[in-house]
Amino acid sequence: MAIRSFFLFILFFSSSLSPVFSLYEDQVGLMDWHQQYIGKVKQAVFSSQRAGRKRVVVSTEENVIASLDLRHGEIFWRHLLGADDVIDGIDIGLGKYVITLSSGGSILRSWNLPDGQMVWESSLQGPKHSKSFLLVPTNLKFDKDNVLVVFSNGRLHAISCIDGEVLWKKDFEAESFEVQQVILPPGSDLIHVVGFAAFSQFEMYQINAKNGELLKHESASFSSGFLGQVSLVSTETVVALDSTGSILLTISFQDGKISSQQTPISNLVEDSLGPAVIIPSSVSGIFAIKTDAVTIFIRVIGKGNLEVVEKTTHEIAVSDALSISEDQQAFALIQHASSEIHLTVKLAHDWDGNLLKESVKMDRQRGLVHKVFINNYIRTDRSYGFRVLIVMEDHSLLLLQQGEIVWSREDGLASIIDVTTSELPVERDGVSVAKVEHNLFEWLKGHMLKLKGTLMLASPEDMAAIQSMRLKSSEKSKMTRDHNGFRKLLIVLTRAGKLFALHTGDGRIVWSYLLRSLHKSEACQSPIGLNLYQWQVPHHHAMDENPSVLVVSRCGPSSDTSGVLSFVDTYTGKELSSLSLDHAVVQVIPLPYTDSTEQRLHLLIDADKHAHLYPKTSGALSIFKREFSNIYWYSVEDQNGIIKGHALKCKCTGEVADEFCFDTRDLWSVVFPSESEKTIATVTRKLNEVVHTQAKVVADEDVMYKYISRNLLFVATVAPKGSGEIGSVTPEESWLVAYLIDTVTGRILHRVTHHGSQGPVHAVFSENWVVYHYFNLRAHRYEMSVIEIYDQSRADNKDVWKLVLGKHNLTSPISLFSRPEVITKSQSYFFTHSLKAIAVTSTAKGITSKQLLLGTIGDQVLALDKRFLDPRRTVNPTQAEKEEGIIPLTDSLPIIPQSYVTHALRVEGLRGIITVPAKLESTTLVFAHGVDLFFTQLAPSRTYDSLTEDFSYALLLITIVALVAAIFVTWRLSERKELQEKWR
Amino acid sequence: MEKGKGIMGSGRRWAVDFSDNSTAPSSRDIPDPPGFARASVDQDDSTVSRQKKDAESNWKAQKAWEVAQAPFKNLLMMGFMMWMAGNTVHLFSIGITFSALWQPISALQGVGKVFEPYKDNKVDLLGPKLLFIALNLGGLALGVWKLNTLGLLPIHASDWVSSLPPAQEVEYSGGGIPL
Repeated sequence: MAIRSFFLFILFFSSSLSPVFSLYEDQVGLMDWHQQYIGKVKQAVFSSQRAGRKRVVVSTEENVIASLDLRHGEIFWRHLLGADDVIDGIDIGLGKYVITLSSGGSILRSWNLPDGQMVWESSLQGPKHSKSFLLVPTNLKFDKDNVLVVFSNGRLHAISCIDGEVLWKKDFEAESFEVQQVILPPGSDLIHVVGFAAFSQFEMYQINAKNGELLKHESASFSSGFLGQVSLVSTETVVALDSTGSILLTISFQDGKISSQQTPISNLVEDSLGPAVIIPSSVSGIFAIKTDAVTIFIRVIGKGNLEVVEKTTHEIAVSDALSISEDQQAFALIQHASSEIHLTVKLAHDWDGNLLKESVKMDRQRGLVHKVFINNYIRTDRSYGFRVLIVMEDHSLLLLQQGEIVWSREDGLASIIDVTTSELPVERDGVSVAKVEHNLFEWLKGHMLKLKGTLMLASPEDMAAIQSMRLKSSEKSKMTRDHNGFRKLLIVLTRAGKLFALHTGDGRIVWSYLLRSLHKSEACQSPIGLNLYQWQVPHHHAMDENPSVLVVSRCGPSSDTSGVLSFVDTYTGKELSSLSLDHAVVQVIPLPYTDSTEQRLHLLIDADKHAHLYPKTSGALSIFKREFSNIYWYSVEDQNGIIKGHALKCKCTGEVADEFCFDTRDLWSVVFPSESEKTIATVTRKLNEVVHTQAKVVADEDVMYKYISRNLLFVATVAPKGSGEIGSVTPEESWLVAYLIDTVTGRILHRVTHHGSQGPVHAVFSENWVVYHYFNLRAHRYEMSVIEIYDQSRADNKDVWKLVLGKHNLTSPISLFSRPEVITKSQSYFFTHSLKAIAVTSTAKGITSKQLLLGTIGDQVLALDKRFLDPRRTVNPTQAEKEEGIIPLTDSLPIIPQSYVTHALRVEGLRGIITVPAKLESTTLVFAHGVDLFFTQLAPSRTYDSLTEDFSYALLLITIVALVAAIFVTWRLSERKELQEKWR
Repeated sequence: MEKGKGIMGSGRRWAVDFSDNSTAPSSRDIPDPPGFARASVDQDDSTVSRQKKDAESNWKAQKAWEVAQAPFKNLLMMGFMMWMAGNTVHLFSIGITFSALWQPISALQGVGKVFEPYKDNKVDLLGPKLLFIALNLGGLALGVWKLNTLGLLPIHASDWVSSLPPAQEVEYSGGGIPL
């Protein structure tokens, strides 16, 4: 008791003394790391600048435009466009502008190539939605102005490259016209627009590039229709497939006359292959078709004669054509062969000869090659050298040159789906991988430098050396568990279906594993990873087992496709086992029980509302049977506005006779009126959150009992009209309703309506409170509200003697079916920022005060003390309340610049913030992910339980030594004096 | 020694009788010198010693009362110090309060030792002891009161529930929006 109260004192002190948490400049990078990514590359354009550094401009699926250093793969500059501003095409104009077309072809921007500054932006409208094309002809001029040709939204535009002004436009208003290609042969000023109309009509428009005048319009009818895309084989010939996918149509429109030839695929290849698709390529004279197993390259000879040049069953990727001289085009081909990839560069007109043939060893964990981009350079002997940029299945980007991987970027980490953590192995003999200072001299030098720094004798270079020594301290990146629990593994699942283990010390990748279960297969056509769960966390018994995670994935986008489970060891990164389920996975419920080997019990709910228990062992089943009647589950059907509660009934009946499968029955349902409410957010407490106490001591030694329940659900609904963008409705038509629902009984514990408010709602639930963020239309500002729930039925437990003797029932297990008497307190405040994510710090024992972590629209993470969101704040707090730490009420929440967790950095495209408790009670680990990754340690009440990093151990040591010496000397002196006294 | 023995052995050459015959005036033939009042010294040995003892015990009793009252001054001083220290918890006020608690306790432990010098079967030490104990208890009470005003005394319900873990719930429910 005494210790605890003492501890609370220190807490109180530390929190009252230092309300601002910030870093010194030299502390940046000591405990935090930041990594920049760009995402899976969609398109790459090599800059052909002669002078300056070689660079490549890429656009990615994360809507990033970036300029990369071709030598090292570093980012020169990078821009993240908005989530709905998808990039359709990029190119380089005039050798110094990067032109991007985005938002379905409606926004055209130009960026300065060396520094990434935007030069101009123009908005392109059109009559209807269509494919979009961006062409940057090199020598098409219009009044000395270089011209860009853009086809978007059913309209052809010619745009000035200098200022983005639209020079002319031409509409293609024919109702059913679907553009397939826009062709502008080099050196010509005729634009050909080809496309399909009305299923079976082939249309060709010839347009004068100077003024947009329609010169010719031809059409031809093909009774069999078309399938998919067309491939351009020359400037005046395209190849298409008919709707059955078995006949190739070669259509040429030389001189404005359409002529065609039909070639059944079976004529070219003997054995039947099934339906094929055309792989679009820009290599002249050659195109490829792909069936399930085979890829076939076909050459077009003369006028429509086809010839198979290669047939391969290997996975293959082809680059676009690269013109290396007036009439020569080269392209790259990459084929897989077990652990190697073969790169061949060929000339377009000469299939059999290879310009280059190289084999490169490739990590199997990178999967298949998805995209290839080729670039050439001139070697010292004036011959052509080629380098290729390849995009792998795991979204990584590699540059190959001279048979080697020059650099690689793990850009899969830009699209993280889910994160969990794992402990590192305990330090044992033979396990330790700590690096010992290899050299005594180095060691001495390091300490001399440090001493110099302490005595302020160090020169700027020395300071830099000291700083880099601090940053590279091997202590924080060891591969073993530490006392404070700062070193952990972050296990992340990316959209590419790859698992990465990142070390929290320095953010390096410890292992990565491309999930085999997420590969395309016969049974699983388009597998997608869904979530990560901690499967086995050994701590008490089963210490020798390695921890493992569960990856839940599904064979397709719809919720009734069957699921796949994979179990991955987090120490080794090996897949332990994988299960192809015969049922769908709609929900995964981790249960608060573990079996004898510390495997957590999970309940998987399928589309028919059967519950399946995993792991499928008898031990797990017996544990489950014991708790059978206490396990419930609920489902939120946000489309219908219904929340349903279910209980487990009995073993499955019918087709699946499995003792791990259980039927469920409906218990309750909460139906929101669909004409007035639409569910937009639900949030629950984190399953692993630890709460230290159920009591809250308020001013004057009074006690309030928190209503702490794991089974509370916060639901926010808005008026259906107001579910759109902010400002789309008037305040009178819009409202936001917040509910607190008990998910076992379906009881609504609290309901509050915010009139004139609108979503999006970001909420976080912790202990007995929920904080949510929304927009107030009346005040034209964002607002944050807090609701705290207290248990009134416990409030009369005030007899000290009963409490001293323990004769109370405050800690005895309670059933939610007993009627709770709750009271809620709530308060709202204005807040300046709009949010992308919200989280709360979590610590090992839950004693440390909490901070809210707000992911702001500027992609930064802001820490805000929970004390600012305390519904007991008043304008004039009494003396007792002030002592308790209640801050006087203000109408808006303060933003303290020093409390940005990300300090000067930005986590571009911020999507989520994860907090993990360290073993040290004061400290919590924070991981923010988006396109970038950021990790740091936070101590919401300062590190009251450990010495700070800048604590002078030397001074302490010197003091101790001096004291011991002084004691010894004075002891000797007093001995002598005593002796003399005796002689006297 | 040899010499003395010889003298002692060879009989007495002269002797002075120091015995006081004054107690038997009847046997006395020499009148008292003028101005000498027999009555004033007319006391036997035992009375003198008893008187001395009485004086001593009186003195002891007096001293014992003094010692017993000593904590009172202490009490006043402590009270002043406490008033100076104020009602907020910091190093000084905690130090004062704990010394205010510790002093009476150590004094109470050493009650016997404090009154040891004044132990006498004629002196009644019960009174002083009781006063001493009472005053020290008063000091202790003052210390406790101070502790309470500092808010460090666990007499409120809040002091006993502040680390009470939350009650376990019997039921468990999970789920949410379908994946």
